[in-house]
Amino acid sequence: MLHRKLLRDLLHMRGQAIAIALVVAAAVASYVTMRGSYESLLITQRVYYADYRFADVFASLKRAPEPVAQRLREIDGVAALQTRVAASVILDVPGLGEPASALLLSLPENGEPRLNAVHVRLGRLPVQAAEVLVSEAFAEANALRPGSHLAAIINSRWRGLRVCGVGITPELVDESRGDAFPDHKRFGILWMRRQHLAAATGMQGAFNDVTFALAPGASEPEVIAEIDRTLARYGGLGAYGRNEQSSHRFLEGELAQDRVMAMMMPAIFLAVAALLIHMMLMRLVQSQREQIAVMKAFGYENGPVARHFAAFGLVIVAAGSLVGIPVGVWLGRNLTDLYTEFFHFPALNFRVSAAAIAISVGTTVVAALVGSLVAVRRVVALPPAEGMRGETPMRFGTSLIDRWRVIRAVSPPVRMILRSLQRTPMRTVMSVLAMSMAGMILVATQFSFDALESMIDVQFGAAQSDDATIVLNEARGDEALHAIARLPGVVLAEPFRAVPVRIRAGHHSRRLTLVGLERGATMRRLIGIHGEEVTLPPKGIVLTKKLASVLGVRAGDDVIVEALAAPRPVGRMRVAALLDESIGISAYASREDVNRFLREGPSLSAAHLAVQPSRAAELYATLKSMPGVAAISLRESMLASVRERIVENIYISALIIVPFACVIAFGVIYNGARIALSERGRDLASLRVLGFSKGEVGAMLLGEQAVLTLASIPIGFAAGQALCIYIVMQFDSELYRIPLVISARTYAISFFVIALAAMLTGFVVQRRIGKLDLVEVLKTRE
Amino acid sequence: MRVTQGNVPPSPGRYVESVTTAAVVHIAPEAVFRARGLTKVYRMGDVEVQALRGVDLDLFEGELVVLLGPSGSGKSTLLNILGGLDAPSEGNVRFRDHDLVAADERELTRFRREHVGFVFQFYNLIPSLTALENVEIVTEIAERPMKAADALALVGLGERADHFPAQLSGGEQQRVAIARAVAKRPDVLLCDEPTGALDYETGKLVLKVLQDVNRELGTTTAVITHNAAIAGMADRVIRMGSGTILDVRRNAKKISPEELTW
Repeated sequence: MLHRKLLRDLLHMRGQAIAIALVVAAAVASYVTMRGSYESLLITQRVYYADYRFADVFASLKRAPEPVAQRLREIDGVAALQTRVAASVILDVPGLGEPASALLLSLPENGEPRLNAVHVRLGRLPVQAAEVLVSEAFAEANALRPGSHLAAIINSRWRGLRVCGVGITPELVDESRGDAFPDHKRFGILWMRRQHLAAATGMQGAFNDVTFALAPGASEPEVIAEIDRTLARYGGLGAYGRNEQSSHRFLEGELAQDRVMAMMMPAIFLAVAALLIHMMLMRLVQSQREQIAVMKAFGYENGPVARHFAAFGLVIVAAGSLVGIPVGVWLGRNLTDLYTEFFHFPALNFRVSAAAIAISVGTTVVAALVGSLVAVRRVVALPPAEGMRGETPMRFGTSLIDRWRVIRAVSPPVRMILRSLQRTPMRTVMSVLAMSMAGMILVATQFSFDALESMIDVQFGAAQSDDATIVLNEARGDEALHAIARLPGVVLAEPFRAVPVRIRAGHHSRRLTLVGLERGATMRRLIGIHGEEVTLPPKGIVLTKKLASVLGVRAGDDVIVEALAAPRPVGRMRVAALLDESIGISAYASREDVNRFLREGPSLSAAHLAVQPSRAAELYATLKSMPGVAAISLRESMLASVRERIVENIYISALIIVPFACVIAFGVIYNGARIALSERGRDLASLRVLGFSKGEVGAMLLGEQAVLTLASIPIGFAAGQALCIYIVMQFDSELYRIPLVISARTYAISFFVIALAAMLTGFVVQRRIGKLDLVEVLKTRE
Repeated sequence: MRVTQGNVPPSPGRYVESVTTAAVVHIAPEAVFRARGLTKVYRMGDVEVQALRGVDLDLFEGELVVLLGPSGSGKSTLLNILGGLDAPSEGNVRFRDHDLVAADERELTRFRREHVGFVFQFYNLIPSLTALENVEIVTEIAERPMKAADALALVGLGERADHFPAQLSGGEQQRVAIARAVAKRPDVLLCDEPTGALDYETGKLVLKVLQDVNRELGTTTAVITHNAAIAGMADRVIRMGSGTILDVRRNAKKISPEELTW
């Protein structure tokens, strides 16, 4: 019989039940979507790595004769290895005015590589001399297909190449040189057969790149140390494991982010759902005091009655889960499709484990029970005789709020609103808190774009203001700078000397690039995460804060710097200053200091260029055929490609987060308005009888929700800030740090979304006002 | 025959007794409400309930009318139709030059706002507003209201202005409700069982207030009750039963509420 009462009561409060169920659905959907995406990505990564034999250790070197491979293979712990030839080349891509750069990798003379295999998406592996397999993102960005033609400068010689296929590899999922912001249009990976690439680069019978698979149980540091010892004479640049491999770190970063989001978002929705269930049940118990008392008087024990009220929350949660799971799977599929496109995986199928679904449903049940707790305890505590007296009418007395002078200044309807809000302070606080969650998730998600914008502003604005950067094949003396400065359209050329190093302090060490900058350079400056500038000292090294903390050093301490290129000097450098950069870990020194450390004369490995816009095309044409250049990056085009991706992300977020935030706003406001209507429907109907219009009465009811909404906004924004700080701390990694920058636009967008959701909800509630029974209020007692 | 039942115009001489202004003496009393052939059928599930079965009724300027009848006699339905809260199934009602049957929801709200004061059996005060504020909420939207404090003084509650409904007795609450109803200077005061929830003494006190308002402000007043004893204070008594007007009686001599007994 209680089941029937449950169903009828729920039917009666269906509006509220649906509003709460929607919030639950959002919780379940967001968990299923995000957790599912995380799990799918994790499985795909694992399968991709295994199927395509992703290496464990990577090493680059100047040049070693092939027989050295045998000595490497004999190192204890090495299970397999693959030697390769790798070359950085400049490309002339049809239809692309600017020069592009590529990493050209060799495939074995026949068949597939033992490690880091390539998955062919289109066409086939190369066979003939001029055939190349092209990486997918680059091919897509430049509309390259099997049969397309390209040109490259390999070893100072101009070569025509024919695309025979399009492929991807687990080794270079991000298809970048390890940049924070990859530019797929202007950087790609090409594969050629070893014999042809070796012939073109003069590497016959030799290799300059080698990758290793480790035997189970092998010690990676020991193997790396042994590899470094073996390759030292061959210009080894220092072997490193997956943890320092940029594509792997990129994926791991993405996974970490997904894992955090999969926890955070559903937790917020569940908190809101629990609060709403609590508020709804408290009201229900209050309005059904008589019924509860009658049930008890007729001999129902506490258990069944308590279970009956707890069941309200559970039914709502069950309904929410039933909606949330398919929606989550659907959203997850779409998100996974986007991921597949973004990461260029061979196949990324959305799957969500039964455990994840069980966890999502289980936690909503817990949320429902927590939400029901207080109300159910009240049911149990209610003595039958007291309950029979019915709902006690609302008692208002002179209260705190009436001691304020303002209360006299506002009109009676506003006084009604203020007094009823303070009469149920817990409910008011809970409504404001629940509502503030909408503001919180909006701020926190919009924040990621602010942070990205700010990172871009610092990176492509204050820190680096050149038009193009050209990287040379190898370091040259300063006469090369004069040649560069004379290129057509070059207004200014500022040299720098970059060298791969290992920096050590105590037990800690990191492989990175030491960048020797010109003191007083205008196109490349050291700018911290919040726009603060650090002046390059004449002597000593500037470390990024993250690097300093990883190494456990402070300004004034010494670090050991070991160059990973010939002549491999090792020296001690004083940490002159720390710089709070947002991307990667870096070390900077003056170019002079780096030249001195490397025991070379004034030389450069790359230069920043300022280019006269009208002659840019001429410059690009010249660079396309210029020998000695390993890579070129163009700030504007990099920026454009970054922005394109950000716009895409904003679009995704708008599709998922904004509706979810609206669900919270709707759930809270609708629930609050319906509770208010059930408590004060009689008052409002009385006012209608006295000649107040539907609009005026609606304003009194919704005014309360408007006050709650307005109060929730600053709290939501503050909570959003706190969440942003949490996100910043969560994502503080060697890969990148997020600057805590929240723009006025973020607050404005959040405000408008909430205001719009509130107004739409108000519109729905307003329709209920029209249904108030005016005649009934004349007859019934409270 | 029905037609004349509710329609006996009060003879001027009698009528004068209930008005304080001598000027009215020679003017024929004007019908404030004029209802003709009112029927009202409610549909409750499969059952049709005929609440009014062809009622004709005039209410005249300044008079105090008691509508007397047992529950289910149709008196509340009639009052609701006069007050613009309900529409008849058939027939027509005019309030002066307003056609209440043709009026839409918005016009009815406006009619209630500008012309009608309601007093309910259960007072229906807003619990979150003080006595004074309960009056103010109505005076704020009225065109030429009296001061809220004056309205409270009129019902003898000037001292209790800052009390909330929960701090007032039932009779006090009802007097606040009357103050609220009259503060906007309505043309008619419609009272639905105003003493129904009150004890004997308090009930009489409230009726006294209604009579004072009727006398001092000249507000046309209709009081619904099932309590026949109250009929004594009316100018006219309209007795209803089974949805029709049974008879209309004019009190030769009105009794002051203090003298009523039941």
